[in-house]
Amino acid sequence: MTTLAKPVVNKQVEKKPMEKNSVFEVTNLNLWYGADQALYDITMNIAENEITAIIGPSGCGKSTFIKTLNRMVEMVPIVKTSGSIKYNEENIFDSGYSVEDLRTKVGMVFQKPNPFPKSIYDNVAYGPRIHGIKKKKDLDIIVEKSLKDAALWEEVKDRLGENAYGLSGGQQQRLCIARCLAIEPDVILMDEPTSALDPISTLKVEELVQNLREKYSIVIVTHNMQQAARISDKTAFFLNGELVEFSDTNHLFSNPDDKRTEDYITGRFG
Amino acid sequence: MAIRENFEGDVLKVNELIQELAEMSDSALKKAVESLYQKDVSKAQAIIEEDDKIDQKEMEINEKTILLIAKQQPFAKDLRRLIISLKISSDIERMADHAVNIAKSAIHLGDDHPLSIHSMIAVMAEKAREMSALAIKAFKNEDISLARKLAEMDDEIDEMYGTVVREMLDESASNPQINQYMMQMAFSARFIERYADHITNIGENIFYLVKGETYDLNE
Repeated sequence: MTTLAKPVVNKQVEKKPMEKNSVFEVTNLNLWYGADQALYDITMNIAENEITAIIGPSGCGKSTFIKTLNRMVEMVPIVKTSGSIKYNEENIFDSGYSVEDLRTKVGMVFQKPNPFPKSIYDNVAYGPRIHGIKKKKDLDIIVEKSLKDAALWEEVKDRLGENAYGLSGGQQQRLCIARCLAIEPDVILMDEPTSALDPISTLKVEELVQNLREKYSIVIVTHNMQQAARISDKTAFFLNGELVEFSDTNHLFSNPDDKRTEDYITGRFG
Repeated sequence: MAIRENFEGDVLKVNELIQELAEMSDSALKKAVESLYQKDVSKAQAIIEEDDKIDQKEMEINEKTILLIAKQQPFAKDLRRLIISLKISSDIERMADHAVNIAKSAIHLGDDHPLSIHSMIAVMAEKAREMSALAIKAFKNEDISLARKLAEMDDEIDEMYGTVVREMLDESASNPQINQYMMQMAFSARFIERYADHITNIGENIFYLVKGETYDLNE
């Protein structure tokens, strides 16, 4: 048999990148809704100041997975878990671990924008007020900074007192991101944040997410493969509750290791 | 209906166009070398005129492929398949240009020169045509072992090219009045050698398609 030529190393799609610090270390995570197991033995690290995309067909466990990272999944009373998730080296499942502190540091943005029926200002100031910040001057600084970081300030600075429901869908979603930023999280979890937005608003949110990477670690669940490819550093492919493949986004979308990943991203199933 | 059936049908159509393009280029090389040996200037002229059709076919492949990339937003092997379609069609179009160059040599030499064409030109052309058929088979079947064989065949052509050039240089030293003939022989050998290099590129593209990595078959 003829031997193959040696490949010329292609740096851009190299599989193993330099490892960054991890904000989350997930080890052998299993999760059940009653008798039904939704996650199987998930082990993966979420790197600091990176965007990690989670992709997979509906029902594969990707939303369950990110809701586990801030223990929001426990709002469903029949949920049981095993394994560990270390956030900054502490297991979030340890008894006595403060879920409130965890959710302060690990914010979440949902599929549909869900502003409160309050003014734009009050939406952003809501979290800081709960955390005890009362002075108007301090709140003003936080609101302005958060809206600027969410790339919304220029569009709303002259109407901060108006009801948030008057904003467009894309603006509402960026307001929700600003609300999340106002409590200074480390990590932002995003569950399909652009699935209800038009293409231009989607691109604005994508641009924003990429800029936020400098200060925050981001985990984003998306059904939009092009979006995952465009904005994320690493991508995890979930299928039937299992983590099939987790690698550099460039590698996963150009030359995945697992046939199931290839079939999914090229639209052969799902 | 299987998912992506339409997309796969469209990719298949692009592959068929590439095969047609390769057949056109092969026919151009065959006729160009015949025109050289037969001292047939009008046959050589016809090859130059036919080249427009090859250019148009390449453009058609490019347009179809770009549209598929834009509309289907393919990933992984699907994307590689379309990218190499662009590259392979460009290589084949360049191969046809080399056939045109050989036809131009035939025209330069004219139909009444007394000299016989170097026998190795025909051998080189035959080997290049064999390579081209093999490359298209490897492309169709995504067969990297066939693609690897192209590199070995290219080495044989390179060697023959060296022989022709050496002989022509020796000849020109002893027989300077037939310089124009010797230059056209060396050029023709060079055009076939370049023709074969483009086929090796096709082999590299097949490696890239199958393995997702860049290979150099000319090493």
